[in-house]
Amino acid sequence: MMNKLIFGRYIPGDSVIHHMDPRAKLLLSFYFIGIIFIANNWMTYLLLFAFTFLAITMSGVKWSFFINGVKPLIWLILFTVVLQVLFSASGGPVYWHWGIITISRLGLINGAYIFCRFVLIIFMSTLLTLTTPPLELSDAIEYILMPLKAVHFPVYEVALMLSIALRFVPTLMDETEKIMNAQRARGVDFGAGNIFQQMRAVVPLLIPLFVSSFNRAEDLATAMEARGYQGGEGRSKFRILKWHARDSWVTVIFAALTVALIFLRA
Amino acid sequence: MAITFKQVDFTYQPGTPFETKALTDINVTIPDGSYTALIGHTGSGKSTLLQHLNALLKPTSGTVTIGERVITPATNNKDLKKLRQHVGIVFQFPESQLFEETVEKDIAFGPQNFGVSEADALKTAAEMLDLVGLNQDLLKRSPFDLSGGQMRRVAIAGVLAMKPQVLVLDEPTAGLDPQGRLDMMEMFARLRHEQHLTVVLVTHQMDDVANYADNVIVMDGGRIVKTGTPREIFKEPQWLVEHQLGLPKTTAFAQQLIARGWQFDRMPLTEDELAEDLIAQLPTTAFGGATTHDE
Repeated sequence: MMNKLIFGRYIPGDSVIHHMDPRAKLLLSFYFIGIIFIANNWMTYLLLFAFTFLAITMSGVKWSFFINGVKPLIWLILFTVVLQVLFSASGGPVYWHWGIITISRLGLINGAYIFCRFVLIIFMSTLLTLTTPPLELSDAIEYILMPLKAVHFPVYEVALMLSIALRFVPTLMDETEKIMNAQRARGVDFGAGNIFQQMRAVVPLLIPLFVSSFNRAEDLATAMEARGYQGGEGRSKFRILKWHARDSWVTVIFAALTVALIFLRA
Repeated sequence: MAITFKQVDFTYQPGTPFETKALTDINVTIPDGSYTALIGHTGSGKSTLLQHLNALLKPTSGTVTIGERVITPATNNKDLKKLRQHVGIVFQFPESQLFEETVEKDIAFGPQNFGVSEADALKTAAEMLDLVGLNQDLLKRSPFDLSGGQMRRVAIAGVLAMKPQVLVLDEPTAGLDPQGRLDMMEMFARLRHEQHLTVVLVTHQMDDVANYADNVIVMDGGRIVKTGTPREIFKEPQWLVEHQLGLPKTTAFAQQLIARGWQFDRMPLTEDELAEDLIAQLPTTAFGGATTHDE
């Protein structure tokens, strides 16, 4: 069950994308989500898909990971697409009509576009998490949030919380698996029976997890204090983020992509 | 209840970049009624093998026969309950599995999952508490108020309450003080005789292997590299070192004696055996033997 969870999973690699500055990757990923909304005809979507395809190929990560990234969300996507097709403002020839439900040419096209948007966004954000170690990502977030310090936003604390949370995801997953095994050995059937039985089966898992998480948090706090942790101000860094020429180049490529999109859009 | 592995391979997360082969060509039988020790250094595949003993993991290829039940890669996850009742596993640091409000309810949790009525399960809980050497007045206490050693005993009682025929113990004495360790090991030996259990013990304590086990399985790199009685396993110290394992204290001491010219007909494994062997050698060599060695 844990094996299928793809979110936040880092796949080590040696591609240009792996070596990019996490700040560049994070900002450009968000930027990409923004420019997806510029696209409004098949040419522009084709261009975006070609671009994404190229990026994924360059990363050297297997395609199956991206398909698996879409799978858990497929029902949400289909639901949205169906809503769009059935209820969106109609235009063009109407193929079917019943009460408030209308299937028109424009509705179908809009549905297809929505589907493309979803897939593009998921592919690109999956690419970000697959090629960036979680701790680098949290460093990038810390850096990007830095201006908020002017309004007394606790940037260091938030970054520390994020790093600790990310750091303990695998630990908690191991712990979950261990406790699940222990309770299954005592006759608990996880994922069997009706909703009520399944909810009851979770109790023997959640309580030990809570207890061990609190113990772990206490140990961690003690260990940090013992090593003189004082908070973020003036603290030097082990992982130093460096902006390379390749990051600038990729930014230029994104700018070019934007120009092309604006040029090609209807 | 005997457990037999036939050509068992196991791979974690097959088909991903995280694919790791944990078990390779495992062929072994854990005989009914035996006290089998499973040894091997960290990462040798002991824990993976252990999870095959009650079908928490299913082999990637090969078969595991547990009593009457045959587990193959295609076995359905449903109706494995009966099996899990017969093979009780005490995992490492079992105190982390406690969750109920009271000790009594926690011990009764297992049997109730297997269809025992609440009243009967609670009665069993009280008996089990006795069996693991805890006082009855702990029954109504919260398990989280107990000391570490007591929590572990409660967790073990929770497994014993299922009345398993095979008891699997994964480093049950890790983190206990020497007295607690001895008490715990004596408790398992006693339970084994009283309840006619088959015991499988995963451990790094070679002394426990020498003192309690009658059958040893040595693992290295996901394979079984040796099986035999403790005496067969411990007679080649060099081989053990090569597989990052040690000797029982007594045997190590005997080895030092051998290096100084003593001879033993059998490799002494326990303190009693060593004492016997030494006494047997004293009358013939008298105390002269010892003095010549001191030179």
